[in-house]
Amino acid sequence: MHSHIKETRSDRIFTICNYFLLSLFVLSVLYPLIFVVSSSFSSVQAVSTGQVWLLPVDFSLTSYKEVFKHEAIWTGYGNSLFYMVVGTIINVAFTILAAYPLTRKDFRGRNIFMFLFVFTMMFNGGLIPMYLLVRDLGLLNTRWALILPNALAVFNVIVTMSFFKSTIPDELLESAQIDGCDDFKFLFKIVIPLSAPIMAVMTLFYAVGHWNQYFNALIFLRDTNLFPLQLVLRDILIQNEVDPSMMGDVSRMEDRIGLQQLLKYSTIVVASLPVLIIYPFVQKHFVKGVMIGSLKG
Amino acid sequence: MKMTDGYVDKQVVPKKKSQLLKDIKKGWQLYVIFSLPLLYILVFKYFPMYGAIIAFKDFNPSLGIWGSPWAGLEHITTFMQSFEFWRVMKNTILLGIYQVLATFPLPIVLALSLTYIYNKRFKRAAQMITYAPHFISVVVMVGIIFIILDPRGPANSLLNALGFDSINFMGEASLFKSIFVWTDVWQNVGFGCIIYLAALAGISPELHEAAIIDGASKLKRIWHIDIPGILPTAIIILILNMGGFLDTGFEKVLLMQNPLNLKASEVIDTYVYKVGLTGMVPQYSYSAAIGLFKAVVGLILIVGSNQLAKKVTKQGLW
Repeated sequence: MHSHIKETRSDRIFTICNYFLLSLFVLSVLYPLIFVVSSSFSSVQAVSTGQVWLLPVDFSLTSYKEVFKHEAIWTGYGNSLFYMVVGTIINVAFTILAAYPLTRKDFRGRNIFMFLFVFTMMFNGGLIPMYLLVRDLGLLNTRWALILPNALAVFNVIVTMSFFKSTIPDELLESAQIDGCDDFKFLFKIVIPLSAPIMAVMTLFYAVGHWNQYFNALIFLRDTNLFPLQLVLRDILIQNEVDPSMMGDVSRMEDRIGLQQLLKYSTIVVASLPVLIIYPFVQKHFVKGVMIGSLKG
Repeated sequence: MKMTDGYVDKQVVPKKKSQLLKDIKKGWQLYVIFSLPLLYILVFKYFPMYGAIIAFKDFNPSLGIWGSPWAGLEHITTFMQSFEFWRVMKNTILLGIYQVLATFPLPIVLALSLTYIYNKRFKRAAQMITYAPHFISVVVMVGIIFIILDPRGPANSLLNALGFDSINFMGEASLFKSIFVWTDVWQNVGFGCIIYLAALAGISPELHEAAIIDGASKLKRIWHIDIPGILPTAIIILILNMGGFLDTGFEKVLLMQNPLNLKASEVIDTYVYKVGLTGMVPQYSYSAAIGLFKAVVGLILIVGSNQLAKKVTKQGLW
């Protein structure tokens, strides 16, 4: 698309405007993030008097020291990791177990099953019946309440199906069947080894979903020892509830309020760190996932 | 995904039936593979649909879903005649439409802007930065919104520096919807443009070469080549978003709510949650009725928008 013909004046103006506006937009996306990170490394006084606007002022690690003392954050971290790892393993397994048979043309009833699955994307029983079900199954206030009700996302099944359709040709199945391969063997020895790319994409989508989830924990869990990180964050960031132990020996009201505000910044940074560290390396998988999803099954 | 294959079977019943049994026997392993996901769908998706009949009953936990006495349409009519009904409906619809309209065009603009950036490093950096907020959790996102819009936060510092008075952003009910929608744009416009970048990459380069030789300016090329090229994708996305607009970010709404903005921020889903699960006496049936009302309207919208998508672009979701 890049033209070797000399750019006309109007095109040059367009290009300059384009670079300028895009830079402006990128900066406006970046700025709030920089502001939070810089504030978290500044002193209580600098933040509460509004001196921080771009770089840390009066560099200090006070708020991080307080965050590291806050046990609920670490329990939440551990719980979130558990929900993420166990939940994602179940998600990916279920997604593949659902998607593979649905792509097989000789799978009798696949149209009915497909309809059963897709219909759940358009209609659901609602919050209350779901809550009652989880309660009647005895899952309320257990770790399973965050894992079993979300064992599968139908949208991801459809994405996985379109991957299978495009990468596993019918001929492969036919020749394997001639060699006496049954469906179990074909799935585990041939399909799954060929599915590494889609499994990577699914793992990422599901893992981020588990990590960021808070609402199911809010309605299904009472025991604070089971709370995922996001629910702990909700108390600190949204409800302004801070464990008094975090405040240490700060006694002046003004300082307490300042520190409480500062804690929000460092909490955000600590909570988002894993995602921010992993993100640059996996970004292209997410993009790939969106691309596969946009091809229609 | 054709759903019509089923009725062909009926015409030749006896032969087909034995064939069916044979097929099932031959493919039994596929059914074993499929059994766990199917069980999940039946238990966690279809059982709650059955459970939704408590909307037409006076649910009593000790009598169970089926055993509870019928109440007919009482709960739904109570809701529709209640004072809350119009407020909640109005907020849900306005927020949904505002959201769809604001989040639809901007990813297209961003995608077009990115395709006309020839500096590879700048382009990659811009993509990486604009996609990133998509991965911020909704709790952290709302936390950042509160910090930036705090009465003493950077947004108000900027206003003061420009000579304006401070605004208590989160306390103004009239600002709630705009804050909700534009922060959503901030968070998702980058990720939303990926699909358009793919569509733009699919446009034949020959079209652009021919246009360049004919002396078309970049703006002309955008208007006559790029926009028509991504139009089918854009229409599908717009229509599907319209179909799902009742579901607009309920988790974020709940976090952003406070007593001052409740007038503008109470939507169906948050109302269902409060009535059903947070009251002193949980009103299961009433709350389920409101939820069911929303689910039915949502279904009609999705089916309707899919029909529309089929009509306009000859292709729908199914």
